[in-house]
Amino acid sequence: MTSLRLCIRRAPVQEPDGPATAVTLRLPSDVDCIEEAVALLTYHCTTGARTSERLRFRLQVVLAEAIANAILRGNCEDAGKCVEVRAILVPTEVRLHVTDEGPGFDPATVPDPDTPMRLQEAHGRGLFLIRHLSDAVTFTPRGNSICITLRRQ
Amino acid sequence: MGFSETRQNGVVVVRADGQLIVGNRHELKDLVARRLAAADRRFVIDFANTGYIDSSGLGALVTMSKQVREHGGELRIAGLNDDLRALFELTKLDTLFTISDTAEQALAAF
Repeated sequence: MTSLRLCIRRAPVQEPDGPATAVTLRLPSDVDCIEEAVALLTYHCTTGARTSERLRFRLQVVLAEAIANAILRGNCEDAGKCVEVRAILVPTEVRLHVTDEGPGFDPATVPDPDTPMRLQEAHGRGLFLIRHLSDAVTFTPRGNSICITLRRQ
Repeated sequence: MGFSETRQNGVVVVRADGQLIVGNRHELKDLVARRLAAADRRFVIDFANTGYIDSSGLGALVTMSKQVREHGGELRIAGLNDDLRALFELTKLDTLFTISDTAEQALAAF
């Protein structure tokens, strides 16, 4: 794992459903950053709150997938582009917004990978994992930002 | 994060120390390719010290398993925690791999 000294920010914010904490991290389009970014974000999303091992696992996988998609598919590993992760923390849930600087994509065009024909494919499981490990997933109209909601209970 | 290998009774046991993700999957693929080139045909990948695997890691396992099978061998999985086992079931990859609770059990079953 590359040591990149990723800088994370925490700040109080007001959400429609009440006060919240925003955790923000910007990282370069380098896959070697992902493990460190996931560890940092998972720590900040879970510290101070009762967190099950199951939620920690779901957080780690969906963060790894969303950041990898942003770096590889969105930014095409362009070193001049960044990925921004913003986590909104409320007592009942974690809302993750992962945004890249790419042109976006249409998530409806991504096929499910668990059909017999696709089972032996090396690619195509990322969005499937995000959808199945999250409580809600939405995209911006442009398709370059994903919002993932994980309930704490 | 890293991978270490040992050879026991003609089986290559690869221990993953940490996550298997997009940033390190080639390291594992290269290791298995080297052992295949050296005529090894039976593999156990031990994930007892792994917290999570991403879709690229799962894809790498599928690719390696295919390569090993093409050489007449088999790649088995061991040491998955409950969440990782659920991930294999969710993606139906539990139907592609023989999965054992421990590397020792995987070795004994070869």
